[in-house]
Amino acid sequence: MKMEALLEVQNITKKFSGVTALNQVNLRLGKGKVTALIGENGAGKSTLLKIMSGIYTDYEGTINFKDQVVQFSKPRNAQDLGISIIHQELNLIPYLTVAQNIFLGRELINGFGFLDEAKMNQKTRELLVRLKLEVDPDALVSSLKVGQQQIVEIAKTLLTESEVLFMDEPTSAIGESEVEVLFTIINQLKAEGKSIVYISHKLDELFALADDYVVLRDGQVVGQGEMNQISREKLIAMMAGREIKVNKKLERTTSQEQILQVQDLLLKNPGNPLRPILKNINFSLNKGEVLGIYGLMGAGRTELCESLFGLHHRSSTATIVLDGKEVSFKSPGQAIDAGMALVPEDRKKDGIVPGMSVGENISLTVIDKVSKLGLLNAALQSRLYSKHVDALKIKVSSENQLIKNLSGGNQQKVVLAKWIERNPKVLMLDEPTRGIDINAKNEIYELIKKLSHSGISVLVVSSEILEILAVSDRILVMSEGQITAEFSSEEVTENKIMNACIPENLNK
Amino acid sequence: MISLKKYSNVARYQSLIALFFLCLVLALMTDNFMTADNFWNVMRQISVNVCISVGMTLVILTAGIDLSVGSVLALCGAITAGLLKNGIGIPSENLFIGFTVFGVVVAGILSGGAMGFINGYAITKFKVPSFVATLAMLTMARGFTMLWTRGHPITGLGDSFGFLGTGWFLGIPMPVWISGIIVLGAVILTSKTRFGRYVYAIGGNENAARLSGIPITKIKIWVYALAGMLAAVGGVLVTARLDSAQPNAGISYELDAIAAVVIGGTSLSGGRGSIWGTVLGAMIIGVLNNGLVLLDVSPFWQQVIKGLVILVAVIIDKSNQKGE
Repeated sequence: MKMEALLEVQNITKKFSGVTALNQVNLRLGKGKVTALIGENGAGKSTLLKIMSGIYTDYEGTINFKDQVVQFSKPRNAQDLGISIIHQELNLIPYLTVAQNIFLGRELINGFGFLDEAKMNQKTRELLVRLKLEVDPDALVSSLKVGQQQIVEIAKTLLTESEVLFMDEPTSAIGESEVEVLFTIINQLKAEGKSIVYISHKLDELFALADDYVVLRDGQVVGQGEMNQISREKLIAMMAGREIKVNKKLERTTSQEQILQVQDLLLKNPGNPLRPILKNINFSLNKGEVLGIYGLMGAGRTELCESLFGLHHRSSTATIVLDGKEVSFKSPGQAIDAGMALVPEDRKKDGIVPGMSVGENISLTVIDKVSKLGLLNAALQSRLYSKHVDALKIKVSSENQLIKNLSGGNQQKVVLAKWIERNPKVLMLDEPTRGIDINAKNEIYELIKKLSHSGISVLVVSSEILEILAVSDRILVMSEGQITAEFSSEEVTENKIMNACIPENLNK
Repeated sequence: MISLKKYSNVARYQSLIALFFLCLVLALMTDNFMTADNFWNVMRQISVNVCISVGMTLVILTAGIDLSVGSVLALCGAITAGLLKNGIGIPSENLFIGFTVFGVVVAGILSGGAMGFINGYAITKFKVPSFVATLAMLTMARGFTMLWTRGHPITGLGDSFGFLGTGWFLGIPMPVWISGIIVLGAVILTSKTRFGRYVYAIGGNENAARLSGIPITKIKIWVYALAGMLAAVGGVLVTARLDSAQPNAGISYELDAIAAVVIGGTSLSGGRGSIWGTVLGAMIIGVLNNGLVLLDVSPFWQQVIKGLVILVAVIIDKSNQKGE
């Protein structure tokens, strides 16, 4: 596959505290081509983009731009060469106007050395016309809808006259008509000879847009070629097709006793009343069952767990029956008392107290068990610590080691330990193995099985198909806030799951 | 990898060394520093700041701030003095309620708790930033102090009340007893109880604490209420020592308290620090004040030097964190 490459990366390897995120990645971006970068969450797509756009500066390997080796020390270096990135998250300043945001850092100055607002507004207006976005350049960004903000973000990138453009899920927040405009623009840019890297979970978009594809899996390139030479099924197989070490589930009959029933769960969207975050959610969970919930980013999986955990009681409505009693939790504390537990998706932000020791983190949910007469008892905490460190094989030097100094897998085990100690009826695990290495993953899968055998009902949310297949007795697939399919572990296949989770935006 | 416990020891160690050298220099340069009189003088002077700083430590550990303590101190001191001297009279009903010393102290502390409760309630229920909520209380409490005292000191409070501020018991001044007991109580509270553990957890990661089922609202309200009560204790001590409640008492005391907490190694972003550190911080400030007076340094230079000490302490603390 020889072609004129604008940007080329060679043998890029990137490690995060010991865990390899990218391994010997090679990539060529052709002039005037759209390259689809494909892979499951955690495959390394975003990491690769961040290296190519100068956000991560320590890596092994080389980047060539127009046949010259380049080494960025900050994102600005890449931008100056004409390499820009449209992030998945919006990077706009809400209380500045559209024009001020678009020109942020590149303001136009008039003859007196003052800001030339008129000229900037004029240029912004031109850009917005091109993007068919009907908003005033003077409007505050905070007053725009999310989809409009996304277009502003794109306008910002167009202003820089970039030669290489990275787009990370640019259509995740915009509607169909805006998607069309975006596609027109992308085709224009292509005709102008620019290189575009396009990341999306929506395979239809990729087939409509891309010339080439590159599939990443576990930080490695597992396939690349021309888009018109490959079928949808083959792409999906490439994304998911990792040999998995977890043995097939043990044969057993799960109990038919229902522990949790959820009816008509609705979670309102404060930004857009017409499109609730969750709607018509109905499902039940049996005692000792592992229920997998699969969905792409933004499908509402995390919000489902949070709603069940009492975190959205003001904006959600539902009939929830837990162990025969109707419940309505107003806070996580009430949910926990009733026997719910949640291991959150973002371990650093929501799961651990980084400055506390391992022992203190474990005892956080069961402080009564380590207290005597209202005073904390160090011996009881030590006993609790030893029990879980042995049972979960947590690698830690001492009870007093700070949790932030552990590896991701061991941190996760500590978070699991603090919930296991409460012996919950329903244990919700949101992306339980995100960012942890394969051995620790397999240990956590084993643990999930063990817990379910002991009668705990487990709800596993994941965006990794293989993980869902490995642990679940039954699988629900979510897309755009709704449950779109249900499979038993016997009938399920990767294709069935993939087809059920692609949003319908472009299928019609 | 240094554990939290070890790290705090390092910080404590540094403060101790600083305090030691400060004392050494003052002992060499002045005749009066190393005398028993001066020692108890310093201890008595810092006791008020210690009371306030202990409450401030709790607040800062939850990643908040309490700017109102100086005004709360003044208002509670005035309430205590006013009730003791005048009681409560309702002329229309021909009713008069007199108070014992114990009664007025309890009333003063409860008033401080109520003001702290209002702070905590505004911060947790209405999501007012602690800086703003306590700034509002600072202004209001000062205003109420002026109203209550009509702008004049309340004096002539009697010997048994004055004993709290000027008396000695078993060879130790009463304010030192009182602040010492508070310190011990606070050390137990922060290191030995679930309440203390929750305070650290909230400051360390409020999200994780909430998802662990910790009642954040309740804990935070209690923290601010305690800070208010401890400011009130400071108010009682100040009033008793001067035998008068001054409407201008406690102005800028919040700054000394924050300084003590920060010099003591407690992180303003919450979750890290200790009561002992704060006590050392208060002692460093107290000894420094005393020493600068003994050395006859001008009050203007005293302020400059105190400011420098705060800055240096925080810079040292930051570089400690980096080495972690």
